[in-house]
Amino acid sequence: PVPPEEDGRPKWDNKFQYILSCIGFAVGLGNVWRFPYLCQIHGGGAFLIPYFIALLFEGIPLLHLELALGQCLRKGSIGAWNTISPYLGGVGLASWMVSVLVSLYYNTVLTWVMWYFINSFQEPLPWSACPLNANRTGFNEECHKSTSVNYFWYRKTLNITSDVTESGTLQWWLILCLAACWAIVYLCTIRGIETTGKAIYVTAIFPYLVLTVFLIHGLTLPGATEGLAYLFTPNLNTLKNPRVWLDAATQIFFSLSLAFGGLIAFSSYNPAKNDCEKDAVTVALVNSVTSLYASIPVFSVLGFKATTAYWDCLDRNIISVINEFDLPEESIMRQNYTAWISFLNSSYPEKMAGLKLKSCDLQEFLDQSVSGTGLAFIVFTQAIVLMPGSQAWAILFFIMLFSLGLSSMFGNIEGVFTPLLELQVISKSLPKELLSGIICLISFLVALCFTLGSGSYWIDIFDRYAGSLPLLVIAFFEVVGVAYVYKIKRFSEDVKQMTGRKPNLYWQITWRVISPLLLLIVFVAFIILQIQKPPSYGAWNPRYEGFPMKEEKVYPPWVLAICVLLAVLPCTFVPLAALFQLIK
Amino acid sequence: YAWDANEEYLFKAMVAFAMRRYSSKSTTQISNVVLCNVTDRVSFWFVVTDPNTNVTTVPGWEVEAAIRMNRNRINSAFLLSDQTLQFLKIASTLAPPVEPSTPVWLIVFGVVLCLIVAGIVFLVVGGIQQRKKKNKESTERENLEEKGEVTVTVENGIPCEVLDLKAGHINGVFAADDERFASL
Repeated sequence: PVPPEEDGRPKWDNKFQYILSCIGFAVGLGNVWRFPYLCQIHGGGAFLIPYFIALLFEGIPLLHLELALGQCLRKGSIGAWNTISPYLGGVGLASWMVSVLVSLYYNTVLTWVMWYFINSFQEPLPWSACPLNANRTGFNEECHKSTSVNYFWYRKTLNITSDVTESGTLQWWLILCLAACWAIVYLCTIRGIETTGKAIYVTAIFPYLVLTVFLIHGLTLPGATEGLAYLFTPNLNTLKNPRVWLDAATQIFFSLSLAFGGLIAFSSYNPAKNDCEKDAVTVALVNSVTSLYASIPVFSVLGFKATTAYWDCLDRNIISVINEFDLPEESIMRQNYTAWISFLNSSYPEKMAGLKLKSCDLQEFLDQSVSGTGLAFIVFTQAIVLMPGSQAWAILFFIMLFSLGLSSMFGNIEGVFTPLLELQVISKSLPKELLSGIICLISFLVALCFTLGSGSYWIDIFDRYAGSLPLLVIAFFEVVGVAYVYKIKRFSEDVKQMTGRKPNLYWQITWRVISPLLLLIVFVAFIILQIQKPPSYGAWNPRYEGFPMKEEKVYPPWVLAICVLLAVLPCTFVPLAALFQLIK
Repeated sequence: YAWDANEEYLFKAMVAFAMRRYSSKSTTQISNVVLCNVTDRVSFWFVVTDPNTNVTTVPGWEVEAAIRMNRNRINSAFLLSDQTLQFLKIASTLAPPVEPSTPVWLIVFGVVLCLIVAGIVFLVVGGIQQRKKKNKESTERENLEEKGEVTVTVENGIPCEVLDLKAGHINGVFAADDERFASL
């Protein structure tokens, strides 16, 4: 059913704005800090094989489904699913709930980015050196045992407690940044897509510019080629591990931001006669290409960092050897280091053993892989300190991260905003500006609990449980609902009216069989992996013997209950709404 | 520069200078500083003998304290730093990182916040003004309809002349009413 054109619904200014918004929503922080990590640990170039298979059979069909749905029904997620079938209204509700939960913690990650950004204007960068201890004879102990970047992240930024149950106090600097972030989100989403449509030109395009700059600079750094070779060298043996396929499937799924309801909201503002099939393929391909494009500068910089650490290790060993044997300065250089060491080991083994030299292995440094916040705030900041002109690089890097996250936030907020706007009771009494203001204010107040000392542990919990499992469930019901409740034939007719041609065999097969099956397998595998061991987390505890390693702790029962609640609550809306409809 | 006897002489002079400043005993001579075991690495041991009795040596802690007090003078005499001129067993007093009176990040934060608030105020005020204009337009239109002179066809609250409907026809009768709307 295609309702009439002029229904007072806001519209995109042009097609480019719409495509850019979808791309901005899909391309987020995960493209920069999760995809390169997965590539690295799953055999480099070989990971691209399961990645593209997942893209072809799971990502693109689901994306096309959501975009076509929104465009055809011209309603947000709640209204759209109610229209498909009153029994499926719960799917829309679940999407809405997940969007709310994710918006809460996602903006706190942006708060951290903003904190680093405003600290990047200092000369020298605050995370480059350790503060001194009380009597000025040495460095602060916590900082000295770990590194200055670790100290700045865990102590100066998060002021983290050593356990998830210890809440600590509210960190006032984080509250300020959080307020600023929510104010920015409010500024950009104040009138829905009217304002985000203008903001997206900047936030979606700017990251590509910065990535290009980093790409060019990264390739000129020493050690970049080692990093890139390490990343892309394919190791086809890893494909035998089912974990790799599972990671590829989940990465594609979460990377495209499916099942949030945001894509449905975006496409609902389209004119009815728009080629959603081409849009879906475009957005999915751009997202994957961006992931690949982003991994090049990331790994050049990581290679540079590993090489610098390797050289430092060599230099320290050289100094100890020279001191011990009283050799003239500059007799041992990095190039003839191995020759000298083997000679000295054979001639003076006891003396060499007494020196306790640390073995310097470049591979070992390259192997230290990190993903997520660790990559951005610890590893990358350390690499930036080593570059000349570090302020400029830091500022650029954090603005890029902020834009990436902000454009994804637009999609999240749109997923919350659009269904609320469609509730008659709200749209008549509240102007748009007030509604978005209320949403931002409430979210800010709730997100204050993420600025506590234990905040980052809670964000990990939200990320692992609220932002993963419910989405799989929702997506599964989306595909099954459209394919078997609404019936594919009817849906194909609708798509034909919009694009002018019937969806071909590829779409039919994937929508009917492959995607639901794949989602089911991923869901089951996901649950099995979660159940296998009790969920634990790494706590930053300066009093731990193995410090600076993180202390492995298990979640206490009440925290586990919250995890389960986060994962299960959105999913329960689906059967609950169906039951409610049955009873009526 | 190469390390030769002149550099050694300078070193002895600096150590004597440090001892004089520390213990204000202005009798320490360069001859009281004895270097031994000089190697090609350029490393050596040295002792300082008491100037009054040319046999006993000044205790180590006193020498250490003297050198620590004058470390930067000794360093700059040799154009070296704490890393390149190492005294074993003397930990260097580190300079604290420079901290400006107002943390820089607060200033940047203030600037960013001002920009955001300005933007929000601008958009909110703009929205209110737009709404007032729309209300005024609709009341004006209501007045026109009451007078019964002209029935203005509206599409979504916007008069048809303003909408350039390609699919529709623009009725020439309404062309004369342009003057009334231009006065808004």
